[in-house]
Amino acid sequence: MTDGFLEIQRLGMSFRDNKGHLEVLRDVSFSLGQEEFLCVLGPSGSGKSTLLRLIAGLLKPSEGQINFFGCECQPRVGLVFQYANLMPWRTVRQNIALPLELQQVPAPEIEKRVDAMIELVGLTEFSHSWPSELSGGMAQRVAIARAFIQEPDLLLLDEPFGALDALTRERMGAELLNIWQGQRIPVVMVTHSISEALLLSDRVLVFTRRPGQITQDVAVNFPRPRMEELRYSAAFQQMERSLRDSLRETVN
Amino acid sequence: MRNTYDLRHTDMPTADPERPTLEFLARHNGWLVLVSLALTVGIWSLVIDWGDLPAFLLPAPRAVWQKFMQMLLDGTLLRHAWVTLYEVLLGLLAGSLVATSLGYALSKSPLLEKVLSPYLVANQAVPTVAIAPLLIIWFGPGVFSKVLICALIVFFPVMVNTIIGFRAVSANLYDLMRSMRATRAQTLRLLELPAALPVLFGGLRIGAALSVIGAVVGEFVGSDKGLGFLINVGRGQYDTALVFVSIITLILMALSLYGLAMLAEKRTTRWKAADRG
Repeated sequence: MTDGFLEIQRLGMSFRDNKGHLEVLRDVSFSLGQEEFLCVLGPSGSGKSTLLRLIAGLLKPSEGQINFFGCECQPRVGLVFQYANLMPWRTVRQNIALPLELQQVPAPEIEKRVDAMIELVGLTEFSHSWPSELSGGMAQRVAIARAFIQEPDLLLLDEPFGALDALTRERMGAELLNIWQGQRIPVVMVTHSISEALLLSDRVLVFTRRPGQITQDVAVNFPRPRMEELRYSAAFQQMERSLRDSLRETVN
Repeated sequence: MRNTYDLRHTDMPTADPERPTLEFLARHNGWLVLVSLALTVGIWSLVIDWGDLPAFLLPAPRAVWQKFMQMLLDGTLLRHAWVTLYEVLLGLLAGSLVATSLGYALSKSPLLEKVLSPYLVANQAVPTVAIAPLLIIWFGPGVFSKVLICALIVFFPVMVNTIIGFRAVSANLYDLMRSMRATRAQTLRLLELPAALPVLFGGLRIGAALSVIGAVVGEFVGSDKGLGFLINVGRGQYDTALVFVSIITLILMALSLYGLAMLAEKRTTRWKAADRG
């Protein structure tokens, strides 16, 4: 691992609602390297999405600290949700261009960068389509392109392929990996798929049920660039089994 | 549901079996309207011929047409129609401007909504038609009092639509804008306005039709010009042809305004056309 990028110390999060007090995260500490791809696994309701929203600065933590090295303020974050979350009144192009418009990048440069990004995600012929005309997988590609085009300091993925069918999901994972090879930024990705986590990440954190705590911190040391075939190797399958066992324990 | 993603990914959208009939109707709608109008005029003439009705009860279509041409040529019709149109547009503009800005503020602040809601409900509970005489007394029989009536009548539906439109903006898109550090102005321009636009236009369309009513009511109560004034004159002189000409002009005015609002809506929300189902 190279330099650190993010350090989280004793993070805790509780929500207050009419029934009282709901503790979602408890005593979560970990750090993230400058080029590290981190996956977060855990049962539903273990506060994984809340963790991402805290890192993105959309929520304020009840306890603990989130520190970014090298930038004093909030870093620029690329966010991808389970649903593509596109603006229905903007075409594919315009959706991808949105972060650049916000940064007031000059129009000719926006055009150039959008063209390159659309080609990278293979949507050139859908450039002027409306989001309602896209399939789930295509819409999610647009969301990923929108996250990457702003060259963010950090990428946060909240079950980005959770709503896709199995085959599209695998293909999208490989595509994400491909884009990421060209733009090595730190990534935190929440997922339910163990094999997806192993294929993509350098490290997997396993969370318990609510209140979410880290029970396991597993390094994934398969060499990169990784291919789909990795799934069939004995080492991969063994890791998959042991992670599944420890996940099962957190549920029981 | 999940499997359809793959199908949609590879296949072109399949033809909707209902579409041809809809397209047929849309293409031939203009003819149907003409046919229906011709039929109405035909029956109208027959009723006059057979029923032997006096002209002050129901004028013949030909008499209305002659009156229309006469008023068009001597300029009376356009002069009065222009006054009414002026009141309608100005009232619509003023009412919508106040309603959208207040509606935006209310959609952002539940506290403000609680404080103001008694007055807003009162505005809706008191029929504007009923306070029109008061407004004429206070602000005189000129154009200003009519504009005020139009604005008051337009205000509520436009404001309600504004609140609904802005409240319906997706929370996830707000998160997205915040994660990209969008400023408040950027969020308004790039997210809130375009997201609320279809609903805003819906309010504007209702407002346009109501504004015409407001202007006519104002002119009934007290004025010396406008199409409502002409109707009043026609009633006093049992000149039903004059009343008919004025009413038809009003209908045409309301329809064009409605059509214009719809056209503007279609042009700014082209993405909705792609949104099948």
